[in-house]
Amino acid sequence: MSAVLNQPPVAAIVHQPSPGLWTLAWRRLKRDKIGMVSLVVVIFFLLMVFGSYFGLIAKNWSKEVGVSYANPTFMAGAENLEAKQQGAKDSSKDIPFVDLSDIDPLAPKYAEWAKRTAEIKITETPRADTLLFGGDKWGRDVIQKAVKGAETSIFVGLVAALLATIIGTVLGAISGYKGGRTGDFLEWFYNVFTSIPYILLILAFAAVFKRGIDTIIFILALTGWTGIYRLVRAEYIKHASREYVMAAQAIGASHSRRMFVHILPNISHVCLVQLSQHVVQFIKAEVILSFLGLGVPVDSVSWGTMLAEAQSELVIGKWWQLVAASASMAVLVTAFSMLTDSLRDALDPKIK
Amino acid sequence: MDNLLEVKNLNVKFRLDGGSIFDAVNGVSFDIPRNSTVALVGESGSGKSVSAMSIIRLLPPEQAIVSKDSQILFNGTNLLALPDRQIRNIRGKDISVIFQEPMTSLNPVFTCGDQIAETLRLHTNLSRKQAWNRAEELMNEVGIPEPRLRMHSFPHEMSGGQQQRVMIAMAIACEPKLLIADEPTTALDVTIQKQILDLIAKLQKSHHMSVLFITHDLAVVGDIADHVVVMQQGEIKEKGTAKAIFEAPQHPYTKALLSCRPNVNSRPKRLPVIDDFMRPEGLRPENLEQRPRGYVGTDEFVLEVKNLSKVFKLKDGFFKTKDVVAVKGASFKLARGKTLGLVGESGSGKTTVGLTLMRLHDASGGEVLFDGVDLLKLSESEMMKYKRRIQIVFQNPYASLNPRFTVGQILLEPMLIHNIGANEQERVQLAMALLKRVGMPEVSFYKYPHEFSGGQRQRIAIARCLTMKPDVLICDESVSALDVSVQAQVLNLLQDLQDEYNMSYIFISHDLAVVKYISDQVMVMSEGDVIEVANSDEIYRNPQEEYTKNLLGSIPKGWDGKRTAAAAA
Repeated sequence: MSAVLNQPPVAAIVHQPSPGLWTLAWRRLKRDKIGMVSLVVVIFFLLMVFGSYFGLIAKNWSKEVGVSYANPTFMAGAENLEAKQQGAKDSSKDIPFVDLSDIDPLAPKYAEWAKRTAEIKITETPRADTLLFGGDKWGRDVIQKAVKGAETSIFVGLVAALLATIIGTVLGAISGYKGGRTGDFLEWFYNVFTSIPYILLILAFAAVFKRGIDTIIFILALTGWTGIYRLVRAEYIKHASREYVMAAQAIGASHSRRMFVHILPNISHVCLVQLSQHVVQFIKAEVILSFLGLGVPVDSVSWGTMLAEAQSELVIGKWWQLVAASASMAVLVTAFSMLTDSLRDALDPKIK
Repeated sequence: MDNLLEVKNLNVKFRLDGGSIFDAVNGVSFDIPRNSTVALVGESGSGKSVSAMSIIRLLPPEQAIVSKDSQILFNGTNLLALPDRQIRNIRGKDISVIFQEPMTSLNPVFTCGDQIAETLRLHTNLSRKQAWNRAEELMNEVGIPEPRLRMHSFPHEMSGGQQQRVMIAMAIACEPKLLIADEPTTALDVTIQKQILDLIAKLQKSHHMSVLFITHDLAVVGDIADHVVVMQQGEIKEKGTAKAIFEAPQHPYTKALLSCRPNVNSRPKRLPVIDDFMRPEGLRPENLEQRPRGYVGTDEFVLEVKNLSKVFKLKDGFFKTKDVVAVKGASFKLARGKTLGLVGESGSGKTTVGLTLMRLHDASGGEVLFDGVDLLKLSESEMMKYKRRIQIVFQNPYASLNPRFTVGQILLEPMLIHNIGANEQERVQLAMALLKRVGMPEVSFYKYPHEFSGGQRQRIAIARCLTMKPDVLICDESVSALDVSVQAQVLNLLQDLQDEYNMSYIFISHDLAVVKYISDQVMVMSEGDVIEVANSDEIYRNPQEEYTKNLLGSIPKGWDGKRTAAAAA
């Protein structure tokens, strides 16, 4: 016996690791076809975001590679009045030459200037007449733009949702666990906060801070934690009186240990589902804010700014930017929502 | 013999979450004669409730598969072959059910009168007024005082016993031929349990119906059953008349069930467990060494409680608070290496005493002297030293272990908090040794609580306390949620540990037989008052107070042989 004990006991015993909550949930999720398809779609989008963040794809999204409002390849034959106009402007220097040397005092210098001009090489990239899914006003590729826009939108959605979940969880944990005066104070704060109309609150924050991606993340996180707070608070109230927490108190575990080591893992599924729900919500919120002109700065692109541009383009029949932005957003949001649903089913605490 | 119900070769399987199939009931056959009570006895997982629920088809249809060749004949018709509409007509009219939890079985938004009358109007042609009047008669018949007034009461305004009476009134409203009672008294106090058992026995006779009584407790059955069916793991182990089962049990499992439950008249050193009956050389109830109990003059007291009281303040109106006194001036002493039993019905304050002792609740007054130091006056940090010396095992083993921790984490946590063991390896070794000590394999260290049964989880909870080597262990209904055979094992374990570590126990329970078995001294509580404290043999032999006498009189006697004589006559 003592010989066994002298060895590291982990090696002494052959054991198979037991499935914990997350393993079991993953097994249930794997059985859910819709959930798995959604997961693949979401992972695809996330890979795209990473790719564009590290400059692997859509690096040159801001290059003006096509003519203005270049047609999508599959409708190459369609008339493009805007490109013609632009072309007309460009060729304005080709107007017939009129000899004014008699009255022009600078005339003797012309030959010299023309020679020097010829020395400077201007390489004008030839602008494509059509792009795969069309171009925008400045001739930028819509697909690349949508990819870059996805990076901004998804980044904003993810980070803001993460921040909001952390704020909501910490405040909810304190409020639900402590109760009493602390709980009352937080409840009061929450009530005042939610009594302000949502859009007004966002506009107020947006007006105070300067424009930028970090600003919009803060705005969304600071206004979006309330729902999570309520749910987490309710869970903490429920769990704080459970016997396992009392047992932890009996062995001398501190308050913060009970709150975050004991209770938090037991409600983490609630936080996770809330997190993914808020990612969806915040991606949409970013789009709305950018559409209203309160969102990301003008030099960057997001699905929201694309939609804002599309507003005026649609009048002249250029629909592809609208479709590219809204289709990619719709696919991601739908997949993410369905993934959230599947996650909730997989994490259902009834089965434990 | 004329049978009301014949169950023939019943097989029920369940589809599990992972797609696998679980055999719940395997080839079960039994009969229920007219005008008689049949008891279906078994521990959790024995398939007794599944068998009973398949009679009225209350099993979840997506999961339960009843095999084709099973038959349940009720008055000659096969219930399993009937269409849904006809089975609905039979449910509640010819066959009715009462469940374990009266509070959750009654609809909280309707008055009790409405609910009884509704049953009548569903199955009979009575008018609204006639149904209401009949419901009032039924309330009277099941022994609810002032039935006219109580007809308008909502379920939450009644006590648990009265709620169960209302459930019984609903069940017998349509004069059923068969009443299925699924653990109807398990959630009730012992005095109420006796009243409900008497009521069911009385109604069975006066309404000429048959009763199928499902229970895990053979002692309860002895008072009322004519026939007994013993089930284990989905199979019938033994069936026969009550006399045969109690006086000459054949199957070792039946014998074990009969003797592993502590008995008020005997206190063996160890309780026999099922395993003993499966082995020829195991313990037998006939030749058990008895253990003497009680405080003696030389005892050293580890804990002395003086005038402990606890008042809960409830909000009552806008400015007022209402005082609810949970414990009124309790005083007692706990001797080293001995056990103090705390008995009382629900609401007696016995659990509050336990929680207040270890400051899980703040006391309102009194002193708790632990080795001469008043625990109630210590600051939070001074208390840390004493926390490891006084520990508690809770009632519900399913709730008291954190489901997200492995057993290893559960056992290591108290050692980390109290700096026990020099390093991680030493702590792991200690945890492994303790697991072994409480009879668990060492691989359990890596598993999660949900992989264990109730009895095993309670062993883990005990091991968690042992990591701190406490002087005092409070067992708050620690064996009440366990099956009788498992209960005997855990009681034996607790006794062994006491002998080994010389720990003192405060054993809180509503079960008088268990308390009698394990305690040296017994304290009886009622509504916050300490009624009586004395050595346990003395209190059971010669109770001084009326309340104690009443309580002791309600203990189910099991089998006394006299009843059959009366019934036969």
